[in-house]
Amino acid sequence: MDELIKYAPELALGFWENVKLSLVGVVASLILGTILVAMRVSPTPVLRAAGTVYVNVIRNTPLTLVLAFSALGLSDQLGLVFSEMPTTNSFWIVAMGLSAYTSAFVCEALRAGVNTVPLGQAEAARAIGLTFIQSLTMIILPQAFRAVIAPLGSVMIAMIKNTTVATAGGFLLDAAATMKEVFDTTGASIPIFLGLVVAFMALTLPIGFLTGWLARRLAVVR
Amino acid sequence: MTENGDATPLVQLENVNKHFGALHVLKNINLTVSRGEVLVVIGPSGGGKSTLCRAINRLETIDDGKIIFDGQVLPAEGKALARLRSEVGMVFQSFNLFAHKTIRENVTLGPTKVRGVAKDAADKRAMELLERVGIAAQADKYPAQLSGGQQQRVAIARALAMDPKMILFDEPTSALDPEMVQEVLDVMIGLARDGMTMMVVTHEMGFARRAANRVVFMADGQIVEENTPDEFFTNAQTDRARDFLSKILTH
Repeated sequence: MDELIKYAPELALGFWENVKLSLVGVVASLILGTILVAMRVSPTPVLRAAGTVYVNVIRNTPLTLVLAFSALGLSDQLGLVFSEMPTTNSFWIVAMGLSAYTSAFVCEALRAGVNTVPLGQAEAARAIGLTFIQSLTMIILPQAFRAVIAPLGSVMIAMIKNTTVATAGGFLLDAAATMKEVFDTTGASIPIFLGLVVAFMALTLPIGFLTGWLARRLAVVR
Repeated sequence: MTENGDATPLVQLENVNKHFGALHVLKNINLTVSRGEVLVVIGPSGGGKSTLCRAINRLETIDDGKIIFDGQVLPAEGKALARLRSEVGMVFQSFNLFAHKTIRENVTLGPTKVRGVAKDAADKRAMELLERVGIAAQADKYPAQLSGGQQQRVAIARALAMDPKMILFDEPTSALDPEMVQEVLDVMIGLARDGMTMMVVTHEMGFARRAANRVVFMADGQIVEENTPDEFFTNAQTDRARDFLSKILTH
């Protein structure tokens, strides 16, 4: 228990990085995932194909490889630099890789939601003169979102836990990396280990409850 | 019958063909709908009536032939097609009210988002239309809270809110409980009296008799017969139509 108390400030700082990565990841992956699903259901074959290829490549690549590619390939080789500060730069590289990865899962969850919306809804939207984008954003996606709030919650929970592999993208300040560093000097400590488990559960459990509650509350009655 | 004295037909179909795979659902259809006319399309199931109706606002594409609406060939896609659809109302068999929007929002969505009407004006007009179809008291409910007949009347109000040049009715009473059919037909008869151009696919012979200017009988993808309701129901010219009528009118 003493180790946990002694290293708590360091671990808390590390955990705060996971929280920040999660916040960026939630916002960015939901936006990107929505754009991807719009591409996948669009009437334009090129957009559909691009969306399908992206989702299938990213979804079937291990996250560690996505993050390593973001850091080594995009940042080091191709010169994508967010900041002169190495730690800030790697934070955003990892946030980007994580969002790119999670967006593929968001897209597929949303696409399942789109399939729950009866065809007649889209026909009625077209029949009053809404364009494809309008019927997607005003009629189809709002109903699709409501149908998949709970599965989206699961995707978000997975993403929050995935912030602990940030090391693969060269970001060494997160809680898992900090824990490993502490263990390197003190040896493995069960209290520290459990302390981090509790911290992550404090983040993810409410998301599970909240999305479950929202799913019931916002369900579209047909 | 014509509202504005314009003699050109509102809708013209010229040699329209459509296949669903091997099935030839529309065979060389030639048909015109005049302004202010109420055209009822009847015939056996699977005869192509719904497909014909849906082709007019291009919810179904056609393989060849020409459909001209208000002097213009139907646009294939994009903004021009959306504009055409905003001028043609459509009422579906299964109502298709937007399930996540209130009754009022269902009616105001088109005018505000497609026509750019201010929200206040759209709201006011929506309430007038809902009043007209007898649903004003339910304006803030969601579709699932209404009966089928009420939902279908809202769907008619939603179509009317766009001030369409024509309304297509695709079997509007077929999904309704029997006691709700009349309330929907009453609204439709009112529209017909007010001079709305209507194409109605239906099995309601009473409506055809009371409100139609012309009856088109379709079977096996072809227009077999067209005539005034009186002539058609009392003196059908073809065996196919007589056979159909004998099956539905004997009891």
